[in-house]
Amino acid sequence: MDARNFTFLFYGFLAAWLIVILYVISLARRGARLKKELEDVKQLVSSNQAGHTAPVEDRVR
Amino acid sequence: MLRERTAVGLAIAAGALLVYNLYQMFMVLPDEALQGAIYRILFFHVPAGIVGMIGYFVALTFSLLYLSSGNLRWDSLSASIVEVSLVFSLVNIVTGSIWARNQWGIWWTWDYRLTSALVCILIFAGYLMMRRAIEEPIQRARLSSALCIFGCVDVVIVWKSIEWFRNNHPGPVLSIRTGGGTMDPAMERILWLNFLAILLIGISLVLVRTRQETMAREIDSLRRFANAV
Repeated sequence: MDARNFTFLFYGFLAAWLIVILYVISLARRGARLKKELEDVKQLVSSNQAGHTAPVEDRVR
Repeated sequence: MLRERTAVGLAIAAGALLVYNLYQMFMVLPDEALQGAIYRILFFHVPAGIVGMIGYFVALTFSLLYLSSGNLRWDSLSASIVEVSLVFSLVNIVTGSIWARNQWGIWWTWDYRLTSALVCILIFAGYLMMRRAIEEPIQRARLSSALCIFGCVDVVIVWKSIEWFRNNHPGPVLSIRTGGGTMDPAMERILWLNFLAILLIGISLVLVRTRQETMAREIDSLRRFANAV
């Protein structure tokens, strides 16, 4: 293989996978954040239904 | 749970196919006569571009379904697909730019194909930014659907620009567009197999992303419920 061409080929493959991997990492982080948020809101709703009277908006937001 | 298992299964299948494709690319296929080793970048550049364009049209279908039914699930699906398609469009444009630097001596030129592809990325990046800026779900879905329709007009221009205009970008080489004779069948076979691998990765990412959209809708409705109680 032509060494100069191979260098650019390497850059190309690296860039392609870097973009995909960065997106997958951002997806995983977003997923973890949403999961935690969902659990918090569910807990809040159930405690609210059980008769807690603290202002809902303060705790949900 | 089934969706998560499907996503993992598709990702594993894509990984296995990619290993096979990489072996074929580097160990079996020879260098291209004029370009040398760099032509192998096309095995990712072209499939990523096609997967991106297919994704935008699938998103368009779901946007139209939303507009006709008013069901926000279609809107969520459309947004998930646009986001994943945008990732592949970025892969397409970045790998193309690296190929151009090696073959043309420049990173970028304002020819019809490259410019319309960049405009496409900007439109759909704007689509995602707009979604973050609008909190009201119905207004967000309507505007997103309208922008998706507008963006898909540009996708048609991206696809056809290498036939309609004289470009720096090479003309069509795939046999589905030329009828054959422009690309070695062994090379084209690996290109399509890599298209399949990238498509599987894309579907797997969309499955994960739609699950997140469902969770976000659930959080939103629970918040509304909590505020109403």
